[in-house]
Amino acid sequence: MASTDVATSENTNGKKKESLESVVIRFCGDSGDGMQLAGTQMTNVSAAFGNDVSTLPDFPAEIRAPAGSLAGVSGFQLSFANHEIYTPGDEVDTLVAMNPAALKTNLADLKRGGTLVVNEDAFEKANLAKAGYESNPLDDERTLSSYTVHKVPMTRLTRDAVAELGLTQKEADRCKNFFALGLIFWLYDRDPTPTQDWVKDKFGRKPQIADANLQALQAGSNYGDSTQTFTVHYQVPPAKLAPGRYRKMTGNEATALGLATAAHLAGKTLFYGGYPITPASDILHELAKLKNFGVKTFQAEDEIAAMSSIVGAAFGGALSVTASSGPGICLKGEAMGLGLMTELPMVIVNVQRGGPSTGLPTKTEQSDLLLSMFGRNGDSPLPIVAAASPGDCFEMAQEAMRIAVEHMIPVLFLTDGYIANGAEPWRIPDVSSLRPIKVEQKTSLNGDDEFFPYQRDDNLARPWGIPGSPGLEHRVGGLEKSNITGNVDYDPDNHERMSLLRAEKVERVANSIPEQEVLGPESGELLVISWGGTYGAVRTAVQRSVDGGKSVAHAHLRYINPFPSNLGDLISRYDKVLIPELNTGQLSLLIRAKYLVDAVGQNKIQGKPFLVGEIVEKIDSMLSE
Amino acid sequence: MSVELPVLTAKDFASDQEIRWCPRCGDYSILAQMKKVLPTLGVPKENTVFVSGIGCSSRFPYYLDTFGFHSIHGRAPAIATGVKLSNPELQVWVITGDGDALSIGGNHLMHAIRRNIDLNIILFNNRIYGLTKGQYSPTSPVGVRTKSTPMGSIDNPLSPLSVAIGSEATFVARAVDVDIKHLTYILERAAKHKGTSFVEVYQDCNVFNAGAFYYASKKGVKEDNIVYLEHGKPLIFGKDKDKGIRVNEGNRPEVVTLGSGISEDDLLFHDEQADEPSLAFLLARMKHPEFPEALGVFRDVERPVYDQCVEDQIRQAKETSGEGDLEALFNSGDTWTVE
Repeated sequence: MASTDVATSENTNGKKKESLESVVIRFCGDSGDGMQLAGTQMTNVSAAFGNDVSTLPDFPAEIRAPAGSLAGVSGFQLSFANHEIYTPGDEVDTLVAMNPAALKTNLADLKRGGTLVVNEDAFEKANLAKAGYESNPLDDERTLSSYTVHKVPMTRLTRDAVAELGLTQKEADRCKNFFALGLIFWLYDRDPTPTQDWVKDKFGRKPQIADANLQALQAGSNYGDSTQTFTVHYQVPPAKLAPGRYRKMTGNEATALGLATAAHLAGKTLFYGGYPITPASDILHELAKLKNFGVKTFQAEDEIAAMSSIVGAAFGGALSVTASSGPGICLKGEAMGLGLMTELPMVIVNVQRGGPSTGLPTKTEQSDLLLSMFGRNGDSPLPIVAAASPGDCFEMAQEAMRIAVEHMIPVLFLTDGYIANGAEPWRIPDVSSLRPIKVEQKTSLNGDDEFFPYQRDDNLARPWGIPGSPGLEHRVGGLEKSNITGNVDYDPDNHERMSLLRAEKVERVANSIPEQEVLGPESGELLVISWGGTYGAVRTAVQRSVDGGKSVAHAHLRYINPFPSNLGDLISRYDKVLIPELNTGQLSLLIRAKYLVDAVGQNKIQGKPFLVGEIVEKIDSMLSE
Repeated sequence: MSVELPVLTAKDFASDQEIRWCPRCGDYSILAQMKKVLPTLGVPKENTVFVSGIGCSSRFPYYLDTFGFHSIHGRAPAIATGVKLSNPELQVWVITGDGDALSIGGNHLMHAIRRNIDLNIILFNNRIYGLTKGQYSPTSPVGVRTKSTPMGSIDNPLSPLSVAIGSEATFVARAVDVDIKHLTYILERAAKHKGTSFVEVYQDCNVFNAGAFYYASKKGVKEDNIVYLEHGKPLIFGKDKDKGIRVNEGNRPEVVTLGSGISEDDLLFHDEQADEPSLAFLLARMKHPEFPEALGVFRDVERPVYDQCVEDQIRQAKETSGEGDLEALFNSGDTWTVE
C-alpha cells in the first residue's frame, strides 16, 4: 500500500519536503518502551489531520517479558494515506527500533529502501546479547545497506532534553518514546498539538513528567529539523473521505458504543456481564464509563457467571450482553444453551484470538467460527454476525442486538483481536438517522385468561413476558418445553418438533438481513468470499485485481448464520471460489457443506492478519490454473 | 389514596404443575412453608422470582405460581444476580442443594454472598446427590457408603454455614424441613433481610439418605441434639432445658449442665447482630454428636447492598455527568471534519 510517489517538492528551513500518498510506520521496542503509546499518538494526529488511518498494534501476552528480550518486543504499525485505506499495510516504510531485539524481530518487514530509525544507545553489549546478536548490526554495512539508516542516540538526547527537570534517570529514560515520536512528527510534518494536549491532560497531576514528555517530544522534532542526518521530510495530504465529522475508533470502542446506542435508542437498560479477558476487556472498560446512560456493568466471578448473569438479566427484561474470547466463550457454552432453550434475547461478543486453549492471547485469528456454529450440546443453532472493520463493530453490534430482540434468541457477534485493537476513522453518525430497535415486552396476557410464554409470532419468536407484570407469572428452564405453554415436556414427537422449530427460527432471521452484495463483476471467473477482520486485506487485493482487468469479485459476509438468502445463487455465478481465512478453513467447511461448491481455502494461522500481496498472489495463481 | 392490595393465600402461590418429588421427601414441607410465607411478605406475586439450579430441590420453581427459572447446575446465584440487577424491585429467591451450591456452584455461591446482593438463598442440604440416584455430596460425612463410595467416603465434608460466614455473609440461618413453625419463621426473617440471606435447611432424602437428620428432627431425640438460637438469650437445650453451651478459657464451646454452680449467666449469650463473625462461626462449627447443632439465625447484620450500590452509582453518574446524551458521546474525544 505504501507509496513513494513524489508529488511535490519544496524547500523549507533548508530541508526538502516531499509529498506522499501513503505511509506505513512501525514503532517497535521493549514492552516498557511505550511503543503502543507512540503508535496511538501518531495515529491520533494523523487522523486529526484528515488522513485515512489503519492500525495494527502487536504486543506480547506478557505485561513485561524480560527487558531487552526478543519475547518482550512490542510493536505498533500504522498506515496513513491521502485516500481510503483498508489495511495497516503489507510493508513498512519507516521502522523505528528502540533496541536490538526490536530490530531483529522487525527488520524483515521493512521494505528495501525504507527508512530505519534506531536508538543507537540501546545497542550495547548486554542488549545485543539478549537479542542474539554476536556483533553490533549497526556496524554491519551489509545488513543495513538496503535501507536509509538513521542512528540516533535517543537515550542520551532525551536525558539532555529533560536534564533541567530533576528527574531520576529512570524517569528521564521513560520519555524516549516521546523523543522518537517527536522525530517522526517532524519526518512526516505532523502537528503535535493533539499529543501535547493529551500529555497535559494525562499528566495533569504530575506537571514535571508532563513537561519532560513535552520537552522530549520537542527535542525529537528539533533533532530532525536541525541535524544533518535528515535532509528530507514528507507530507501526506488529507484523504478525500466522505464529508462529515470523524473520530478515531477501535473495534472494541465501537462495539461498546454500538451496544450502548442500541439500548439507549430502545429506551431499555443495557446490562453487561463480563469477566476480564484479552482482547475483550476494553468493551467492559468502555461500558463501565457509561453509567449516566443507565448502563449496568457487572464484573462477574468467572466467565460462566458472566454468561449466566446475562441470561438472568434477559429474563428480567434488560438488553443483555457479554463479551469474551475463545477460552471464555468455551466456558459460556452451557449457559448459552440455556439462553437458547429459554428463548431469551442476548448478545455474546467473541473477540477472537489465537487458539486452541490459551493459545495466542494477544494475536488475532478467526478460528472460533465453528465453535460459534456448533459449540453447544444438542442441536443448538444460533444466529452469528461478524464485523468487517473497527468501525463496522458499531453497526454490527446494533444488528446483533436487533436480531436478538426481534427473534428472541441469543446472537453471537464475532470480532477479532485485529479489528478490536485496530483503529480507523469513524464517521460520526447523525443520531436521528439511526434506526431504533423495537423492543416489545409483554406486560399483558396473550390468552383468554392466561399467559402462553411459548406462543410464537411470524419470526417464531416467543413473547418476552417480564417479571413485574401481573398475570404473566411463568416458569422457564433448560428442560425441553412444550410449544405454546412452555411446560416441561419429554414427549418424543414434541422434542423433534421443538428442535426443528428452533432451527427454523434461526433460518427466518434471513428475512430481516440484507442480501449479499459483491464488489466487482456480478459474475465471472473467481469469487473471493471473506468474513470478519480480513475484509480490508481481501477488499484491497480484489480491488487491485479488478483494476488490473481481472474477472474477480469479492463477497464479504457480515451475516454468517443464517447466510444471506441470495448467497447460493451468487456463488453459482462464478467459475471458482476462494475463501481466505485466518484458520484452517472454517467458513470453507460451511460454504462447501451448504452449497456443495468446491471452494478453495487460503489459510493463514500465524496470529497475524493477511497481507494484501498474499491474497493477490493467490488470486493470480487461481486465475492462471 | 390508598390502594387495596388483594389478600393472597398459600393457594394463590401454587402452580398447576404436578409435583414430582418422591413421597415423603422433605422438599414438600419446605414448599408448603414457602407458600405460607410468601403471601405475608407484602411483595406482589408478579414481583417474586424463584431461580434454581439442578437437582431435586431445583424443581421448586415449577410448583410456585410466581416467575421462575429452573436453570443449570450450580449457576442459580449468578442467574439470580442478573435478574436482580436488571430489576432491583424484584424479590429474588435462589433454591439450591448441597451439590448444586457447594460443589459445582461453589464459586457463584461464595461471590453472591460476599457482594451482599439482595437474594434469599435457600440451600436444601440432604447430604446426598438424589437426582443422580445416590452419590455422596460435599456435605456427606467421611465414611458414608454410597454408589460412588462403596468403601466409604474419604472426602472431608464442608459446613455450608462456615462457607457462608467465611464469604462475609450478612444473614446466616439454619432450619429443619419438618420443624415447620421454626422454618416459617426463618424464611420470613430471610425475606426481610436486605442483602444476601443464606439459609441452610436440613432436608431428609428418604430414598437415598433416609434418616440422616433424625438426630435433629425426631421428637424425643432432637431435644438433646439441637439448640435454638435466640438473640440476646443464653444457649440452653436438652429435654429438661438443663444443659447449656459455655465458652471456656480456650475460647472453645463446651456443653455444661445447669445447677451445681453453673447458672444461666455463665452461658454463651447469642448475639446475631455481632459485627464480628467469630461467634456465628463458632456456633456453625458445633457438630453432632459432640455438640448440639444450632438452629435459628446465626447472623443478621447490615452492610451495603450490591444492587442498591449499582443503582446509586448510576444515579450519581447522572447527577455529575447528566443524563446520557448520544450526540455528545459520539462527538467526544478528538474529532475532525471533512468538508
